Parts: sequence; structure tokens; C-alpha cells
Amino acid sequence: MTGFIMGLVLTMQLRPSLVSYGVESQLPAMVGIAIVREIGPVIAALIFAGKIGSSIGAELGSMKVTEQIDAMEVSGTNPFKYLVVTRVLASTLMLPILVILADAVSLYGAYLGVNIRGVTSFDLFWQQIFDNLSFGDVVPAFVKSYFFGFAVGIVGCYKGYNSRKGTEGVGRSANSAVVLSSILIFMIDLIAVQITDLLHLN
Amino acid sequence: MLATASIVTEKKIITEKEKVIAISHLYKSFGDNKVLVDFNLSLYAGENVVVLGKSGSGKSVLIKCIIGLLEPDNGTIEVFGKNIPDLGHDALDEMRVKVGFLFQSNALYDSMTVRENLEFPLRRHTIKMAQKETDRLVKDALDDVGLAHTIDMMPAELSGGMRKRIALARTLILKPAIILYDEPTTGLDPITGKEIIDLMIEIQKKYNSASLIISHDMNCVRMASDRVIMLIDGKCYAGGTYDELKKLTDPKIKEFFE
Repeated sequence: MTGFIMGLVLTMQLRPSLVSYGVESQLPAMVGIAIVREIGPVIAALIFAGKIGSSIGAELGSMKVTEQIDAMEVSGTNPFKYLVVTRVLASTLMLPILVILADAVSLYGAYLGVNIRGVTSFDLFWQQIFDNLSFGDVVPAFVKSYFFGFAVGIVGCYKGYNSRKGTEGVGRSANSAVVLSSILIFMIDLIAVQITDLLHLN
Repeated sequence: MLATASIVTEKKIITEKEKVIAISHLYKSFGDNKVLVDFNLSLYAGENVVVLGKSGSGKSVLIKCIIGLLEPDNGTIEVFGKNIPDLGHDALDEMRVKVGFLFQSNALYDSMTVRENLEFPLRRHTIKMAQKETDRLVKDALDDVGLAHTIDMMPAELSGGMRKRIALARTLILKPAIILYDEPTTGLDPITGKEIIDLMIEIQKKYNSASLIISHDMNCVRMASDRVIMLIDGKCYAGGTYDELKKLTDPKIKEFFE
């Protein structure tokens, strides 16, 4: 939903500027690059941090304060492997897939946005997008989404695992997991753009 | 003060039983807060010992040091002759098969059914076991606590007393030689609390296990203890049977029995 709205809104807001420069026909290409390179990965990661990061933080925090993690250790289980490694792996591997989905939905929103004030066929829209996308647009975006997923998973687990002070601590863990992982997403994004720039992929 | 009563009682038991837990000169502090200071304790096979102390006196810290969840600052905790702080991860896991732990909060896994909760220690501690054998052990453990009908229920669907019984069943499923109880009657009404104490005594008789019970519930102390250790100021302040301690006039001990 967020991706769809972002695609639609971005397209509608870009159109007047492009019209004034007389390059309205480049609208699908421009929106496509913006969505694939930046909007899709970052928006999906932020939503992921809000939903999954807080859920991991709250779940592990609740397990910590109710001694379930200690019970696992007593039962011969390494809680770090059983609870942390699995969650970090899952979030690292799943976020890129969600990013692809978010990109697709967002581009569909953009297609509708393009057609609000103009007429562009579905085939032409997609052709314009793919013609203007290059290796340097797609791969770095896909790679950085792995790092976003890792950051969300590791921060959620760390905050939950180190939860203190009962139920109040659980709430605090969930909250700080979202805040810290969101900040990390932007920092990773900043580092990613520097690296792609150094590699002449921008 | 410590104990004429304590020494007499211990001597009587020493001649008959094997020492399963021997704690000597145990120290544990958190920052400036000295929780355990030169604490000593012995537990013999088939014996029920209650560690009695006020809230915050370090009872739970003591029991967590015994199971290896906390590391002591100094001292030895020998369980079946092996010093817990010296054990590596695998050796500690092996030891934990022989030592059951009933958590104060029950620590049932919210996301698992009663059956899965009971199967968890079996699957983790045991290399391989046929499903039939696992089912039989789960059923036996639930029968022991009288809750066979809850097997497919979630912990959230159970009352406080039922959760405590299920937690006890999970503790029992590996047939441990020692059971550590952390405040087993806390948060329960007096009737349910008495039922849990009766169950603990029944289980102790059935499996001839040794029990170390952490409590400040005097009903639990009176009913479940063969011997009581008073944990005051981080030390083993006094020890003896419930009746022996009740007769003492030391104000720090007396306030528990009044």
C-alpha cells in the first residue's frame, strides 16, 4: 500500500516540473529509476523496521523478562542460535524479496499516476522503464536491501535480548529497535551511495 | 548460632546419603551490591532443603548460580562432584539433564502448545528418540501433574496453577536427580499453593529426587522441608529443621516464624 501510494504521488508531483522543461515523455523513466534505486528499498526497509523490528524486539524482550530465554538455556538450547541467528537470517534474506514486491507495486502506482493526466500504454510504460534501467541501478539497490534486512534483524534481536525492567522494558525494546534500525537504514543508504559513486555506478 | 541444629541434622543425613550439591564460600555481587557473601550449603540425595530469606536476599541468584545461568564471583558449586563454573558448554548441558529447574514465572514458551513445551527439553537434550517414546514421556509427565487433558492447549489458555503444574511437568520430563524450585508458590492462592506443595512432595517421593526450594512462603517451608537454610545478609545464617529453627530466639530468625 505504501509503495503504491509513493509511486502514484511521486509521479503526480514530478509531472509539472517535467512539463515545464518539456520532457514529460521522460516521466516513466525518471520515476522508474527513483523507485528502483531509492524509494522502493528505503520505504520497504522502513516499513519492515516498523513491523518486523518492533515485533522481534517485543517478542524477545517478553521472552527475556518471563525467563523463557533462561528456560531454553537450561533445556540445552543455545538461545543465541535458536532465537537470534534464525531471525537475523530470515530478515536478511526476506527483505530483498519484499523490496522487489514493493518496487513492482510502486511502479504500478506510477503507471496509474502517468495515466491520470496523459495516455501511456502499459507496454510503453514498462518499456521506457526497463530501457532506462541499468545494472548500476538494480544491483546496488538489491545488495543494500540485504544490509537493511540484516540491520533490522540484528537491532531487533539485540534490543529484545537485552530487555530489562519487566513489561516497561519490553515496550522500550520494541520502540528503540524501530528507532535505531530506521537510523541505521539511512546510514547504510548513505554509505551505499558513496560506494556506488566510487565505483562509478551512479 | 548457626548451628548446633544445622550440624546435628547434617551429620544425621551425611551418614545415610550422597552429597549431590556442595556449595562453599560462594560470593556474588552486582556492582557494589554484595548479594552472596561466603555462602555455604550442602544438599543430599533424596532430601528437600528450603532456602528461606526475604525478597531481594539473593535466593534466586543462588539458584541461578547453581544451574549455571549466572557466574559466581568466587567459590565453588559442586553438583555431583563437578564444579559448575569450571564446566564448558557441553558439560554444563550434560549436567542440566540431571538438574531440573522450575522457574518462578513458569517460563512456558508462549508460542508453543503444552505438548511442544514438554517435548522441547527432550528434543534438545536427547540425541534421538522415537516419536512414540517422546509421546509416552509427555503423557507420563502430564499424568504426574494431573493435566493430561491440556496436552494440545496453549499456555495462555491455562490458569496460574495449571501453568505451574505444566512447568513442573516440563521439569520432570527428563527425570532429574535434583530439582531446583524458584518460589514455587509465588502468585498462587493458598489452596493452589498447597496443591503445588503436595505435588512437589509426591514427586519427590515417587522419583526419590533431591530438591532445593527457594521460598519465603512459610507454609511451603513447613510442609516441604526436611531442612531449612536461612539466607540472611548474603550468608547461610542458620540451618536446621523447621521445628528447630522455630524454637530459636534470634530476632532475625524469629521474624520469619511469627
